[in-house]
Amino acid sequence: MTQLTTTADDAPFSVLLIYTLTGMAALASVLMTALSPDPLFRLHGWIFTGAFTVAFLVMSAGLGHDRFRSDESRYEDGVVRAGVIATMVWAIVGLGAGVLIAAQLSWPNQFYFPEYGFLNFGRLRPLHTSGVIFAFGGNALIATSFYVVQRTCKARLAGGLWPWFVFWGYQLFIVLAATGYVAGITQSREYAEPEWYVDLWLTIVWVAYLLVFLGTLWKRKEPHIYVANWFYLSFIVTIALLHVVNNLAMPVGLLETRSYSAFAGVQDALTQWWYGHNAVGFFLTAGFLAMMYYFVPKRAERPVYSYRLSIVHFWSLIFIYIWAGPHHLHYTALPQWAQTLGMTFSIMLWMPSWGGMINGLMTLSGAWDKLRTDPVIRMMVVAMAFYGMATFEGPLMSIRAVNSLSHYTDWTIGHVHSGALGWNGLITFAAVYCLVPWLWKKERLYSLKLVEWHFWIATSGILLYIAAMWVSGIMEGLMWREYTPQGFLANSFVETVAAKHIENVIRTIGGLLFLSGAVIMTYNLWRTIRMPGTAQAELPATSAAPAPALQAAE
Amino acid sequence: MWNRHHKFERHSLWLVIGILVVVSIGGLVEISPLFYLESTIEKVKGVRPYTPLEQAGRDIYVREGCYVCHSQMIRPLRDEVERYGHYSLAAESMYDHPFQWGSKRTGPDLARVGEKYSDGWHVDHLTDPRSVVPESNMPPYAFLAAKDLDYRAIEAKLTALQRVGVPYSAAQIENAKLDLEAQTDPFAGATSDLRKRYGAKSRSGTSTAIPSGSPRWMR
Repeated sequence: MTQLTTTADDAPFSVLLIYTLTGMAALASVLMTALSPDPLFRLHGWIFTGAFTVAFLVMSAGLGHDRFRSDESRYEDGVVRAGVIATMVWAIVGLGAGVLIAAQLSWPNQFYFPEYGFLNFGRLRPLHTSGVIFAFGGNALIATSFYVVQRTCKARLAGGLWPWFVFWGYQLFIVLAATGYVAGITQSREYAEPEWYVDLWLTIVWVAYLLVFLGTLWKRKEPHIYVANWFYLSFIVTIALLHVVNNLAMPVGLLETRSYSAFAGVQDALTQWWYGHNAVGFFLTAGFLAMMYYFVPKRAERPVYSYRLSIVHFWSLIFIYIWAGPHHLHYTALPQWAQTLGMTFSIMLWMPSWGGMINGLMTLSGAWDKLRTDPVIRMMVVAMAFYGMATFEGPLMSIRAVNSLSHYTDWTIGHVHSGALGWNGLITFAAVYCLVPWLWKKERLYSLKLVEWHFWIATSGILLYIAAMWVSGIMEGLMWREYTPQGFLANSFVETVAAKHIENVIRTIGGLLFLSGAVIMTYNLWRTIRMPGTAQAELPATSAAPAPALQAAE
Repeated sequence: MWNRHHKFERHSLWLVIGILVVVSIGGLVEISPLFYLESTIEKVKGVRPYTPLEQAGRDIYVREGCYVCHSQMIRPLRDEVERYGHYSLAAESMYDHPFQWGSKRTGPDLARVGEKYSDGWHVDHLTDPRSVVPESNMPPYAFLAAKDLDYRAIEAKLTALQRVGVPYSAAQIENAKLDLEAQTDPFAGATSDLRKRYGAKSRSGTSTAIPSGSPRWMR
């Protein structure tokens, strides 16, 4: 159906709109860069200019060759493939940054570079957290959501070229955030570090993402919206809400990087942790549960265990999560009633969390034998087990008495990593192991043996990491409050720092193992993509990338 | 009963509305009271907006991401009060945009670290932390000493802060540059208008006193 003409005059409206906007954005970026008195703003101005100019040129060439036609009878899988590649690239970057900063805490004399202040812990730590959460996790979520929504709606992604705008726009956001941290452009609000203009850019990208997702739902040929899409939708909608409210700020000037938060002190603290905890709740939980709800049943070839359980735990999870933020502020200047509310809801949160875990795990009933033969299934099961463990540990740590010991210590770091590495990391790896043969039309992965290796190396790495952090966290918590028989504090602060050296080293090794697993995976995927494909010949030459034919609606 | 849920499964707009309603409740109940409850908005004597130089220093604290390792929130627990001083009050961070309470203590709390050590100690410690605290794993900040403070936008910064609610007077904003320079001048203290505008507790100049022998647990 694309054989009519090859001129750009009748290119789809979405393409021409994005083309025009990109050109205007490139011009605006040049002006911003030229006029700004702020050297850091000029740095980002150059990145904006470069990105929009390259995009404009690529689109000019593409329009000339009539490349941007979307074939409504096929799925849009090119953007999903790009998303999978980006996921793995950012995994290596984010995990690598984590290993480096772990090494800095273990061997400060070797891994700090006094001449290169931009490599200090304070600047690299946001690079690590944003790198794994937003770059690795975010790309995995966008890629899988684009895949899943098409399959479960039996419709091509809506919006023509807009999904590609979402993909590249998001990469630009990541590059701006990452270069910003290293250059010293940050709001220093945990997990919301990017400055105001980067936040605005992400808002634009995110609204486009929401519209592409909703647009695809509107085109669906199935009467019901599949459960995975409820979770993706709640993730997209709620992250938009959290992002906008938490980043309300007053810029110093329209051409300055610096801004000041609209809130101060205690109001700022609760807004931030309302955001921060629900970045966990909706980015790292709801989004990844959506992944679970598609890839686990698909891989195990079993239906989701309980439809009713999915309804109950979906609504209760998203309702209760929002309340849990104040548990990050126990014993602070936040009023105690708010702390107590946060704690109560955090404990209640245990139930819907485990509802999700049970629904995922029990999906395997009747297929448990696959644990023996399929390391990808095993990865999924261990991911869900870590999800269950982390969502049990979380409520425990939100109890005020426990929190008085655990807060400010490495225990929190260990908790976060059992969730992030164990749950988010492994479920994403499993999903990508499923996706790559499907997307690149291969019969199987290059090597299941390497998946096996990846599984064991990653799992050992996680266990070393979290065990080391439990020990060091509880130890330093106890050392801080230890008294001599005479009633004096027993330890100076720096003695607790020195006591953690071995645990810091073990943590570094654990992180290095997890990173090695990701490297092995990348190699395995690369070899899978290079394998000879199956049945490719009949694909039309006009399609830039092979895509499966759309199945008829049932 | 389960059939009622079909509305959400079949209509994406109902699903979006449902999600928005459900996720809004908790935040509204918990956050909005903080803007009018007495305990969170009361003023405490001695808490004033930062001087321009203090704010510039705070911006460096924010830029370097010090909050990833240092808290500025002393909890009302016996050991913390003994180690760090009186527990932190809400009013003490009422002019902090953004708050920097932190969530992790890889290093000690800094809420009351001011004047605990001499300026000379801080210079040594920031330049090479392990020269004064051998077991420390803090990064070195020698590059800060080699770099001049960029305060071309200090008036704009105070104006932006005023717009989000910090009660800077017109005179304070107008004289931001002068005040900043006065506070860096060890001999300007008594004669400058800085004290008039910000009160007696705006310390100026650098002292080079030898570190006082603080108790072991305070180190």
